[in-house]
Order: sequence, then structure tokens, then C-alpha cells
Amino acid sequence: MRGDALAACLHCREPVIAGDFCCTGCETAHATIERLGLGLYYRRRSLDPGLNRPRPDAAAMDFTALAEPCGDGLLRLNLMIEGLHCAACVWLIEAMLAKQQGVVTARLNMTTRRLRLEWKAQANTANDLVGAVLALGYRVAPYDPSMLVDVAKQAERELLRCLAVAGFAAGNVMLLSVAIWAGHAQDMGPATRDLLHWVSALIALPAIAYAGRPFFRSAWTALKARRTNMDVPISIGVALAAGMSLFETLTGGPHAYFDSAITLLFFLLVGRYLDARARGRVRGAAEYLLALQAGAVSVLQEDGSIRLLPVRQVQPGMRALVAAGERLGVDGVVRAGSSEIDTALITGETLPRQAAPGASLHAGTLNLSSSLTVEVTAIGEGTLLAEIVRLTELAEQGRARYVALADRVSRRYAPVVHLLALFTFLGWIGLGGIGWQPALMNAVAVLIITCPCALALAVPAVQVLASGRLMRQGILLKSATALERLTRIDRVVFDKTGTLTVGRPALIPGDMPEEALRLAAGMAAASRHPLAQALARAMPGVPALSGVEEVPGRGLERGDIRLGSRRWLGFGSSDSQIIGPELWLARPGQEPVRFRFRDEVRVDATEIVARLQARRIKVSLLSGDQSPAVAAVAEAVGIVDWRAECLPDDKVVAIRQWIDAGERVLMVGDGLNDAPALAAATISLSPSSAADISQNAADIVFQGERLAPMLTAMGVAARAEALVRGNFAIALGYNVLAVPLAMAGLVTPLIAAIAMSSSSVLVILNALRLNRGQLA
Amino acid sequence: MSVLLYLIPIALALGAAGLVAFLWALRQGQFEDMDGAAIRILFDEDEAQR
Repeated sequence: MRGDALAACLHCREPVIAGDFCCTGCETAHATIERLGLGLYYRRRSLDPGLNRPRPDAAAMDFTALAEPCGDGLLRLNLMIEGLHCAACVWLIEAMLAKQQGVVTARLNMTTRRLRLEWKAQANTANDLVGAVLALGYRVAPYDPSMLVDVAKQAERELLRCLAVAGFAAGNVMLLSVAIWAGHAQDMGPATRDLLHWVSALIALPAIAYAGRPFFRSAWTALKARRTNMDVPISIGVALAAGMSLFETLTGGPHAYFDSAITLLFFLLVGRYLDARARGRVRGAAEYLLALQAGAVSVLQEDGSIRLLPVRQVQPGMRALVAAGERLGVDGVVRAGSSEIDTALITGETLPRQAAPGASLHAGTLNLSSSLTVEVTAIGEGTLLAEIVRLTELAEQGRARYVALADRVSRRYAPVVHLLALFTFLGWIGLGGIGWQPALMNAVAVLIITCPCALALAVPAVQVLASGRLMRQGILLKSATALERLTRIDRVVFDKTGTLTVGRPALIPGDMPEEALRLAAGMAAASRHPLAQALARAMPGVPALSGVEEVPGRGLERGDIRLGSRRWLGFGSSDSQIIGPELWLARPGQEPVRFRFRDEVRVDATEIVARLQARRIKVSLLSGDQSPAVAAVAEAVGIVDWRAECLPDDKVVAIRQWIDAGERVLMVGDGLNDAPALAAATISLSPSSAADISQNAADIVFQGERLAPMLTAMGVAARAEALVRGNFAIALGYNVLAVPLAMAGLVTPLIAAIAMSSSSVLVILNALRLNRGQLA
Repeated sequence: MSVLLYLIPIALALGAAGLVAFLWALRQGQFEDMDGAAIRILFDEDEAQR
């Protein structure tokens, strides 16, 4: 039905029925882009087709009140752009806005999807500029930067600053150290050596105090909670190395480890920064959710005028006007008007729901066809959307109990290292019969040499490369431990709607008369209703009929011919029971014709299920849908173990049972009703067609119409795990070699520096192997 | 060896200049959008810029 032979819309590449464009919105967008001379966009973009369709029906919100002055007669507006997929989109939006009158700054951040727009107040209006972006087919959500207190972003900046300081200090201290080592071999006088030690101390000590803070803080927090983590041995090692070197410098001794201490910090910070960046990619989605909450609401005043208020200032009891195409920012009850509501964000349902006076609506849902007056019942924290976000967070806390491999290793590693250092100290005093100062020197050398530099790099280096590789293929890792948990999966559990199926209705071929089908498809061609679109897709090449009127919430009308719901056409429900969605075509003097629809199975679902089963992975299907529908899909894709009519709780119970039986369960689902199950499973995936909010519950989000990214992710995970283990082996192997040397008191600063750097570089090189070769 | 007395400060000053430049760039927000910046540079070669 979605044949590739069809002509594609010049703008969004959806198959078109007639002409060059699928809808007037795309035609306008294309014309705008060409008129501004930005046609290059079409050659530059790398588009996942069909993602970016303009919504001509999206009523313009009033952005005037949200623009704030920022000096010099300039206005500033912060927006979140929805529908951004590649750098070409960034270029298009920025270039287009730059051509608008009065625009001074238009900067779109590709990672966070935020647009910062500044323009001369007298030259242009907020609504015109936003309208220009909307006309290109992007959707915008206003956001309030003050609501996004971005702790993670600040942490990332701090890491970068520390990295810069440590890098500067490491480079300079190393320079001096090379001179000292050369001096040991030749004939550098003690005075010169002491001078160089003093200069090193002057550079290294402040740098360590500054750049070491992320580690010291984390170690201190862990110690206070009577736990230990990787940062404890790091902090002790660095602090002791610095302290002992300072002692050596003060007493004019030959050996100072300033270079080791600061280089160690530098390498560790590299690992820490890579780690933070990998986590940071997740933030975009979460911020978008917040932006939904931070939007503005058109409030109907007593005197009948309309005022745009930020969500925070809206009170329950107020009446809000929700235009067609607008997302609700509040929970409320419909008081006037009737429309259709897209609840996909909350329920995962693909078909819109009717809303008439008295119906209650939830924040986050989208008003599709006509404007509604809604009495506000809850805002912000009280809304269902906020409740769901909270539930999801709760579920994720359970997930947080999973201890990352690196932490498990370091928990055993730290005590061993500290015991070894203690033995060294006591051994040299008791058996070696030397004073406590040289004995302490040797013990500290053990701590320096075992400081888990390579160990701390082993995981982040692989993680960053793996997430980068997956990202290029449209797979987004959301949790830091996702890759570790994705290995050795025993069972894959699918949800039905939107996961195994596309989540988009398609016409079931039947015995409808050809001319009725053509007539209905022609009428439906202009509508944006999912069922009408399915009808139009089923009859490619049928031109859109003129004179069709859309009756909001009911159907389509052309003269006395009607296409719409059974109830609107007045058949009651006396007919046979309703199975799945349907549309009726009523013509005067003729039998009404019924069109039935069902959800299409994803193209490669069958193949993926077969390949999973070939790997001896059990495959199950848990659905909230009725038995016959589930059975049909299960049979179509070859799943034997299926259960229908599952409540969200039933899914969780089933998954818990499997996990308790010792299985590692991978859950793939998209609906918000799957969120608890997604959180209960060992690891979970969500297609990006799922609403952003349910993607929040999943560990991994994948793009596209196919399920194949699942296997890609599993392949990369297996590879990454092998490399991480390899890295641990390298790090531990190096310790096994170096520790006896250190305990014997043979490690000089030169040896320490070489061993430290070489093991770190080796670990990074090993991680780089991830990008080599094909995956199984 | 007295040459060290001014060579070391010179080396340090050069390094410090690099550090300051980096911190300045960080403060300017040049590290905010690592994904976009990498590709943006490829796009600005034509009449699209004002």
C-alpha cells in the first residue's frame, strides 16, 4: 500500500497521490524555501522520510507575550524546535531567519534543539518570525530557560575547565620532569633539580587542588556514606603523590611525582568528560518534556478577551482556549466546542479520541480539529503528564540499583590496593629494616602505580565510541549502563501496537465497490485524520475532490455525500459488533459502504523475530489489545508465546516472573502504558515513533520504520562488552607487572610516568577497535 | 643554567595563554553544541549567509 513506485512529495518525501506535493502545507514550505534561495537544503538533508510534515492546520499561538526585551531595542525569544533531524535543518532555519527583517541573532543548538532568536523590536514581530519557522514544517514549543536549571550542563562545563587546567599543568610539569630525568642521567646539580622541583610544585599543586575537585568531592560523598567507589583510591593516590612530592621538594630529595599526579588527573578527567558527554545526549528528550510544561496557555478573561499566560500563572478554574493543532499545557474539562484529541503522548493510542463538552483532557495531548474552551482543573505538578513523569522517574530509580561493571570492579579493587600499600609500608619497616620515611615512599609508590587510571578509562572510552556509532545509525543510548545490560539477553518481550506494528492504520482490502472506494479516497485525500489518510494511501493516484468540507470530530461532507463515523451517519450500533476502526460512506439512495482498518505489521518484524529465535532467544508478545487482534499479529510474525488483554501491571508481573526465573529480559514497547514494564525489564528499547514521554522510560531509543536497529544495538553491545573486558584485562595485567616493582621499591618517577601513560593510551587504542569491521 | 630563569617563565606564559584562550572560548559557549558545530562549518560557504 505504501508502494515505492509512487511519486514522492518534493518536501517531505511522503508518497503523493497527485502532483508534486502531499498537502498544501508542504507546497507552501517548498515554495518558501525556493523563494528564499535555500533550495540547497533539499540536497543537503539526510532525511528519515515522512518525519517532517508541516501542519497547515496548526493554529498559530501568540508568541508576542513570550518575547522579552534584551537591551538596545532588541527582543529575544527562546524556542524549542520539534522535527529537527540533521544539520541541514539547522542550516535551513538559521539561514531563513537570517533573511528575515531585523533579525540579529538566530542560533539553533543541534544537540539541545533550542533556538535563540534576537531581533530589532520595531522591525519584526515574534509571531511573524515564529510563523516563518512553522511554515517550513517545524513545530515549536516555547520554553522558559529559567525552568531548565541545568545541573548536568554545569557539571560538564566544570569538567571541561578542570580538563583545561589539568592539561596545561600536565604539559608544563612533564616538560620540567623530562629535564629532571635527563639530569639524573647526566650531571644536573642538586640546586637546579630543586629549582625545577619547586617550579613543578608551584604549577602542579594548585592545578591538582583545582582539577581534582570532581574526584575529591565524589570520594568524600562516598566515604561519608561509608561506601567506597573508584574515586576513593584515585583521590588517595593523587593526594599522597602530591603530598609526598612536596615533602621531597622541601627536604631536597631526588624523586618527586608531580608529573605522575597531574598527568593521572588529566587522563582521568578525559575519561570523566567522555562519560558526561555520553550521558548528556539524553538530555534533549528530557528537556523537550519540560518545555511542554513550560509553554504558554491562552486564557479567556472575564471580559471575553484572550491573554497568553505562562503555565505557572494559570490557576485551576480559569478557562483556556485551545486552538486546533495546539498541545494542552494543563489538565481540564471541555466546556465548549467539540474536537478530536490526539492522546498518543499519554496512551500510545494511534486513533484520535472524541472530545465534547464534559470530556476531561490531559496535559500533553494534542487538539486536532477545532478549537475548544477548557476549564482548567490542574496545572504543572498536578497534571497527569507530571504524574507520569514522576512514575517513570520512580521506575527508573529501581533501575538505578544496577551497579555498573566498573563500580563492581572498583569495589573489590580499592581494598586490595590499600592493603598492598599497607603491607609494603609495614614490610619495609619490619623486614627491610629501614626508616618510616623511605618505607612510606615505597608504599606511596604502590598507590601511585595502582591508581586506577586505565581502569577508569576502560569503560568510558568504549562507551563513547559505542554510543557514537549507534547514534550515527539512529540509535540513542539513554542510560549509562544500557550497553552492559543489553548483553546475553534470554528473552525479548514485544508490545503490539506501535512496536511490532507501525502504529498507523491501513485499509483492509475487502469487497467494497471500486467506485465507492475511489469516491471515498478522493474525499479523504485532503484530510489529516489518520483513517482518512489511510484511505487515501490505499488508492494512490486518486485526485483530491473539491468541495469537501471537514466537520470537526465527525467526518467529511461533500454535498449530500458523507464519509465518517457510524454514529454521525446515523446507523446507531445495531449492526454487527465493531471490530477495529472503521469509516462509512453514505450516499443518498445507496447502501452505505464500510471501510475497515487495521494496524500494519512492521516490514521486518517477521525476519527479526526469526533471527532472534535462531539465536535461541525466547520471544514473547504482551499486549493490552483484544485476543483476536493479538493472535493475528503473533501469527503473522511467528511468535508462539503471546498474551492478550494485559493491563500494565500484568506486563510487569510477567516480566518479573521471567527475571526471577533468572532470565535477562529485553522489553520493546512504545506506549506510556508500557512504561512500568519497560522499567521492570533488564533493559528496554523504544521506537522513536513513540511519544517522547514514553521514550523516557526506555534505555535505548531507535529511529526508523524497522526493528533491525534492535539487532544492531545488541551486536554493538556484545562487541563493547568484549572490549571493556579486554580493557580491564590490560589494566589489571599492567598492575600485576608494576605492583611488585613498586613494592620492591624500584619505581622511580620516570617508570611511574611511562607505565601510567602507556597503559592509558593502550586502553584507548583498544577501545578504538570498536569502530573497525562489521558486526555479526 | 641561568637561562632557565627566563626560559621557564616564557614557557609557562605561553601555556597560560593557551589555557586562557580555552577558558574564554568555554565561557563564550563555543562548547555548547558539539554536534552542530562539527557540521555547521561545511555549510557556510555560499550566498546563504547574509
